[in-house]
Amino acid sequence: MLRKLMKSDATFTMGFVLFIGWIVIAAVANWIAPYDTLAQNLAIRFQPPTGAHWFGTDSIGRDILSRVLVGSRISLFAGLTTIALASTFGLIYGGIAGYVGGIVDDVMMRVSEMVLAFPGIILAMTIAAALGPSLFNSLLAMVVIWWPNYARVMRSMVIANKNEEYVEASRSLGASHLRVFFIEILPHSLGPMLVLATLDFGNAILLFSGLSYLGLGSPPPTPEWGAMVADGALNFNYWWISTFPGLAILTMAVGANFIGDGLRDLLDPKLRKGM
Amino acid sequence: MSDEVLVKVRDLKMHFQVGRGLSLSKARVRAVDGVSFDIYRGETLGLVGESGCGKSTLGRTILGLYRASGGSVSFGDVDVLSRRGRAMKELRRKMQLIFQDPSASLNSRRTVGQILLEPFIIHGIGTKAERAAAVAELVERVGLSSWHLSRYPHEMSGGQKQRVGIARALALRPGFIVCDEAVSALDVSIQAQIINLLEDLQSDYGLTYLFISHNLSVVHHVSDRVGVMYLGKIVELGSHEDIYRRAFHPYSKALLAAVPVADPERRPEGRMLLAGDVPSPIAPPGGCRFHTRCPSAMEACARIEPELRDLGGGHLVACHLSDEKGKGGATQS
Ligand SMILES: Nc1ncnc2c1ncn2[C@@H]1O[C@H](COP(=O)(O)OP(=O)(O)OP(=O)(O)O)[C@@H](O)[C@H]1O
Ligand SMILES: [Mg+2]
Repeated sequence: MLRKLMKSDATFTMGFVLFIGWIVIAAVANWIAPYDTLAQNLAIRFQPPTGAHWFGTDSIGRDILSRVLVGSRISLFAGLTTIALASTFGLIYGGIAGYVGGIVDDVMMRVSEMVLAFPGIILAMTIAAALGPSLFNSLLAMVVIWWPNYARVMRSMVIANKNEEYVEASRSLGASHLRVFFIEILPHSLGPMLVLATLDFGNAILLFSGLSYLGLGSPPPTPEWGAMVADGALNFNYWWISTFPGLAILTMAVGANFIGDGLRDLLDPKLRKGM
Repeated sequence: MSDEVLVKVRDLKMHFQVGRGLSLSKARVRAVDGVSFDIYRGETLGLVGESGCGKSTLGRTILGLYRASGGSVSFGDVDVLSRRGRAMKELRRKMQLIFQDPSASLNSRRTVGQILLEPFIIHGIGTKAERAAAVAELVERVGLSSWHLSRYPHEMSGGQKQRVGIARALALRPGFIVCDEAVSALDVSIQAQIINLLEDLQSDYGLTYLFISHNLSVVHHVSDRVGVMYLGKIVELGSHEDIYRRAFHPYSKALLAAVPVADPERRPEGRMLLAGDVPSPIAPPGGCRFHTRCPSAMEACARIEPELRDLGGGHLVACHLSDEKGKGGATQS
């Protein structure tokens, strides 16, 4: 299946290679990183890329290549965890609202809109600050501000499908509500949810990095891409400090995106070409 | 066809509330508004009427798929509308539905094999092997081959898809099937094949059909008896001959006149065509619902709603003209 998909879809292949590449790097980062990610050396601070330090060094002389490699671990973890939890919660929440409908739907959607009405980063900062800075709390804060998007997409997909004739056919056979939902309706809703999730993945990494920079995510000096970009933004003359972690974020986000596109086609038999 | 009543519908009503939430409008669509008739075991009862007159709603309400607003439906000695939960699920095995649009009624994400296994899974029937055997038998029975099982609906023709829909409806060996425009979406040549299939299945399994269609020629072909519906009401019901040769209700006549039927003997009183639009089922006209469009409307028609009455031999008509006839008959005797 995967091989066929890769043959028929160049974008998916590229996304797959990029994303798998990052996962592999994350897995072996501790062994392949040329330097200790925390070792400071003020004598070599702000060094441009050289043979010894391929990606240069940062404001306190740490090796950027090593930090980019090891930083992939926490970014992947934060992105995947946030998206997985937020989309699962949103799927259940939006699924119930859309399927049950009526007043239940009205109330549930007003609640989700209240969350959406706050600017995301500010709400996340408030929550993370109130709970105290830690990795767990920052992830929790992100899930709290993130799930309404999924709930809304899920709800609209359920509403679009629940009165379709194939759903009625299932009901007229005597299927339970759970069966109707999971067997008939859910498969039609997964595609858009997956696409949203992959589109969001880059955003999640960015938000997490923002929180980290503010001291609310993974505390410094943990190598973290967003915090590294922010470090470079403060030292604008040294382009390499932001550029390499920025490229890392870009490639990881784009990879996830391309995979999402391919998966969407895979999940919809109508879009599958010659398979 | 026997004399045994299988489905008994009495004063059935299905009103849909439109406008939801905080909106103040409490409008109700009177899609089915007091319908009574019997369906005999083994017969095909055709149901005709213009689009929007409530045919589909009536079919689904009889099956208990909608929560009826009033009236009753009995299936054999079972009260359909009061059944809930497990008891309703049990009843689902006995009454099934075939849909108009075979593309919409099959889940595009599932193969034909998965779709046909569904009834057996839902009702926990048989072992894995028995289910597979039952599905294989089903596809063959409706004229498909076992290699269709791995196909997705979009990989099949309209006629093949409708065969899948029929196989699914047949899977649980129901006694009664509502065919809601079961052939209307198909090419004419395919229509004939599907109709033949439905008739074969009827004689093999002793099925009873409620055959809904706006196509009078198709209904002419398949039905033992025919009901004519207008704005949520049955206005005339009778044997095939009663309707196609001796239609009494002005609406039935107008409907028949609008459609060419391959029957040179049937030329009632010239051609009569329907004028004007169907009134809204939210606010149907008082009195006889058809009086706003009826060429023979009298003064009483706008005031008094005509009841269904028997013209003889089970030919039922709801029309004040039949009172005249009835009175005439009474004075003669
Ligand atoms: N779920 C619903 N909610 C509100 N109104 C409905 C609903 N279903 C049907 N109606 C309305 O009830 C009336 C009857 O609809 P129905 O589908 O039963 O007609 P029909 O005779 O089957 O028409 P067609 O020949 O077009 O299939 C229509 O006015 C329709 O708009
Ligand atoms: Mg209909």
